[in-house]
Amino acid sequence: MKPIIQVKDVYFRYEGDDPLSSALNGTTLDIEQGRFVVILGHNGSGKSTLAKHLNGILLPDKGCILVDGMDTRDETKLLEIRRTVGMVFQNPDNQMVASVVEDDVAFAPENLGYPPEEIRLRVDEALKLVDMYDYRLHSPHLLSGGQKQRVAIAGVIAMRPRCIVLDEPTAMLDPAGRHEVIDTIKRLCREHGITIILITHHMNEAIDADRVFVMSNGKVVSEGTPKEVFSNVEALKAEGLTVPDSVELIYQLRLAGLDIPKEALTVEETAQAIATALK
Amino acid sequence: MPTIKTQALTHIYSQGSPFESIALENINIEISQGEFVGLIGHTGSGKSTFVQHLNGLLLPTGGRVLLDGVDLNSSKKLRHEMRFKVGLVFQYPEYQLFEDTVYKDISFGPRNMKLSKAEIDERVREAAGFVGVPEEIFEKSPLELSGGQKRRVAIAGVIAMRPSVLVLDEPTAGLDPEGCESILKNICDYHEATGATVILVSHSMEDIARYASRLIVFVDGHAAMDGSPEEIFSQADRLRTIGLDVPVVTDIASRLKQLNIDVPDCCYTISQLKSAILSLKKEGAPC
Repeated sequence: MKPIIQVKDVYFRYEGDDPLSSALNGTTLDIEQGRFVVILGHNGSGKSTLAKHLNGILLPDKGCILVDGMDTRDETKLLEIRRTVGMVFQNPDNQMVASVVEDDVAFAPENLGYPPEEIRLRVDEALKLVDMYDYRLHSPHLLSGGQKQRVAIAGVIAMRPRCIVLDEPTAMLDPAGRHEVIDTIKRLCREHGITIILITHHMNEAIDADRVFVMSNGKVVSEGTPKEVFSNVEALKAEGLTVPDSVELIYQLRLAGLDIPKEALTVEETAQAIATALK
Repeated sequence: MPTIKTQALTHIYSQGSPFESIALENINIEISQGEFVGLIGHTGSGKSTFVQHLNGLLLPTGGRVLLDGVDLNSSKKLRHEMRFKVGLVFQYPEYQLFEDTVYKDISFGPRNMKLSKAEIDERVREAAGFVGVPEEIFEKSPLELSGGQKRRVAIAGVIAMRPSVLVLDEPTAGLDPEGCESILKNICDYHEATGATVILVSHSMEDIARYASRLIVFVDGHAAMDGSPEEIFSQADRLRTIGLDVPVVTDIASRLKQLNIDVPDCCYTISQLKSAILSLKKEGAPC
């Protein structure tokens, strides 16, 4: 399958930063259309800087990024690139612009100059997709964190992007809000074929990903399926990361000498593996 | 005498206006000196409103809050004194740094307590030590620091007042796993070294499970559950109905029980479940 996003040997340094410390240091990765991809990495590893490159908010100092074949440095393509890749950030309160939910979702299609009927159609469709249609006439500031974040996602969906980048969208949410957001983005990916790029510190959110990338010092240091990436517990710990608690449990049991396969990820797989090992 | 005692504590925002909303209703809680309490609840359950009552930032619209037996509502002067006893670290405290050097920022609290210069200096160094802020960065501007370092400086600023009650509202939100772990460890060290009461508000059931010895669950402005982690996390279904969760380890343990593996009723940390499983293996017990 053709990748929707290609990051080719990208270097980037913020203005005023130490010339020796680049935020991105030769990052290379491909993301295929329709996949659910998770990017992990400690604070300062370059994840968010990379995210801002994916729709041209930041431009590389060196190397290039192709979005559906379009180079983000090509100004004539910028609008098309931003329609292809939408972004959702950590704090939902900073992303709300209107005082009514549906107006907020309509903001982008209005800016793109679509006719009113088209806007109505897209807004309703987007709100239904994130399961917030019943709240369309509510005021955003009265919603819960998870609901606000879903409205922010709807605002991006209204542009009908093929790819959505979410930078720690659950960091400020309670467990229920986290489930709502993660379930929503998985559904968008599985049922509607939208490519999802999720940046997160919650290892448990990576369990269902198609592919996981681990970043450190502005580079991809490890990539693979969640099973592959999480099976190397020591390498992740060396990067200042952890593994999902299920993996940690099995890792410690193995260290203690229990003969147990290390591929389990979900609660069910873990329980089954332990049960088998004890038989 | 409990350090903190609330009697029928009620707080209604915008009371008497059309926007009136009940944030807390009839909260009766006693917390003793030296407890490590985890406060959990969905967004809007009243946790943050509650903790703001603990040093009089908010005053009850009904009921009372007693701190070491003193009613916070009784006089402004007492309230001022109590603010130094109860240190409050808000969410994203790094946004509250405002001085031009790290040292000045950490010393802001002690300076307000009108301590001597030597005493202030001692406290700044002690607090910085607790949270791992190296003295080399004392003269740096807080703005030059990384997010994790900023947060440490902000927490040090509260610890420098040597509060006997330390309240932290989501101290690890947005930090990477290593940052979370080390900040929680620092808080735990402070708790052990000083015997201070710690009240930790968190959405992470795993963190709460690892550090707190008592959990209080807020639901819609009520303190709906109060007990040991075992007692609370054994009620997984109830927690899920109110939008919370149990640690993944607890889920694995209950699934193991269904598979007829005799692990204890409620395991909520990795080390607990690990030793339970290993002891089964040692005994060679049939499963």
